[in-house]
Amino acid sequence: MNDPRTLALIVGVLALLAIVTAVGQFLRRHPDRGLDPAAIRSFNSRIRGWWIMCTVLAAAFWLGTTATVVLFGLVSFWALREFITLTPTRLGDHRALFWVFFAFTPAHYVLVGYDRYDVFSVFLPLYGTLFVLARVAIAGDSKRFLERTAKIQAGLMVCVYCLSFAAALLQLPVPTAAATEAAAAAAEPVTSATTPANFRLLFFLILLVQFADCMQYVWSRMIGRRLVAASVSSNRTWEGLLGSAVSTSLLASALWWAAPPYQPWQAALAGFVISLMGFAGGMTMSAIKRDRGVTDYGTLVTGHGGVLDRIDSTCFAAPVFYHITLLVADVAVR
Amino acid sequence: MLSPADPHLTTRPPTSAQGAGRSPVCHAAGLTLAAIARVLSGASVRWISSQPDTCQRVYFSNHTSHLDALLIWSSLPRSVRERTRPVAAKDYWSRGAVRRWLAEKVFDALLIDRTDIKVHQSPVDLMLREIGDTKSLIVFPEGSRSATGEIGEFKSGLYYLSKKRPELELVPVHVDNLNRVLPRGEFLPVPMLSCITFGPPLWLEQGEPKLDFLARARRAVMALKES
Repeated sequence: MNDPRTLALIVGVLALLAIVTAVGQFLRRHPDRGLDPAAIRSFNSRIRGWWIMCTVLAAAFWLGTTATVVLFGLVSFWALREFITLTPTRLGDHRALFWVFFAFTPAHYVLVGYDRYDVFSVFLPLYGTLFVLARVAIAGDSKRFLERTAKIQAGLMVCVYCLSFAAALLQLPVPTAAATEAAAAAAEPVTSATTPANFRLLFFLILLVQFADCMQYVWSRMIGRRLVAASVSSNRTWEGLLGSAVSTSLLASALWWAAPPYQPWQAALAGFVISLMGFAGGMTMSAIKRDRGVTDYGTLVTGHGGVLDRIDSTCFAAPVFYHITLLVADVAVR
Repeated sequence: MLSPADPHLTTRPPTSAQGAGRSPVCHAAGLTLAAIARVLSGASVRWISSQPDTCQRVYFSNHTSHLDALLIWSSLPRSVRERTRPVAAKDYWSRGAVRRWLAEKVFDALLIDRTDIKVHQSPVDLMLREIGDTKSLIVFPEGSRSATGEIGEFKSGLYYLSKKRPELELVPVHVDNLNRVLPRGEFLPVPMLSCITFGPPLWLEQGEPKLDFLARARRAVMALKES
């Protein structure tokens, strides 16, 4: 944690958070500015979410790689819980769901923790799928079979598989200058031990995803005219999507020094893709929520935070960012 | 987990009758099981136009899962929980040493014989005798767990309970989604999020017919589902 780039990134983010918090509090105390009070409330609750996110991430970073992987595992577990609670299931799905929650999700994160990319990249898409299909079939309820199994798979894919790529960033063999020299000297391949650079990569991803989300809202508010899909989301516009993609690219290229293998133009490209994927994630979750007639996962069961509402964009952006980083760094995992 | 931290809660010193009756092991087991059940069911607790109170009450709830009584019991604040006894079926809970130990020692449950109801030893009389004038009860007026999740017709026990002790506060409780956590006939729980809602107390009106009262009580539970 004591290298200058990590420090710069953290101080920068904290300063930014402090500024937006101040703005949010100012707006809350001066409701006579002609701004929508509901928008201010949601802005402030979002800021609160960021502080929590920041604190938890910082704590996990400080405790190390294993703690961070466990943290992401717990977030996945909770998100899947929200997803399945919202999804209508039948009694015949019960046993399959039990194993999905208590065997497949933990096993996947254990594989991530042990850095077995070769196995975890196929574990859920392949074995998870086969298991769910077979277990639901064995339970003997064939009514809407494909529909029901697809729901469980979708939940596993988004909440567990996709999100785990964010945690997997920590073990990506990032070729920092020093490490490459040392490896060349020792004639060994680049090791995949976690370095501060890995934490910066994860931080870079989360920061850009959150920024892209915000920019989408801001641009939609300012110049948004054409809705992407009125029946799915009433505030996501083409203008917002484009504006967010451009602003996120700019921020990413300005922060290229934080993400080790990236050149500024590559970082801009990554920012662009992250913004698009975050948008895709938000739209997907909106579609599911609209179909179930709720506004957010948090209202599903009163008193719960709605973890899925906060991480939907991250879920979609994480695997793509992981693979772009692999390509940019030009390394092979295992 | 969310706890119903309520500043207005009237904390009266607990009567030592029960606290002394339970050994520390049973007490710890109760707290642990309640915590596990709360985590597994992700239960959030709501009080709608209602407050936790240590006065004598009858909590009546829809019945969807074996976890219902445990969850309702554990979502009450501790001072209230200490003096609240779930009513459970003897034929289920007295089978096997573990169940009997749980029911009698840990939850201090009041076991009712569903199969052998006598005129002179009616469950209502038994309940009233057992609660004295300090304890509260958790009852499931549907009689047994509903298989579909729909709330069935209420049995008349609640009416007779209220007729004999009209000053008891009857608090409707709605348990949502717990039948998906642990459905009938399953023993492995799936950790879905559930919700327990407590509603405003109601009383038997002067001269209110039995069927009207039972229908009103059932509607009170159903209304909590919508809110």
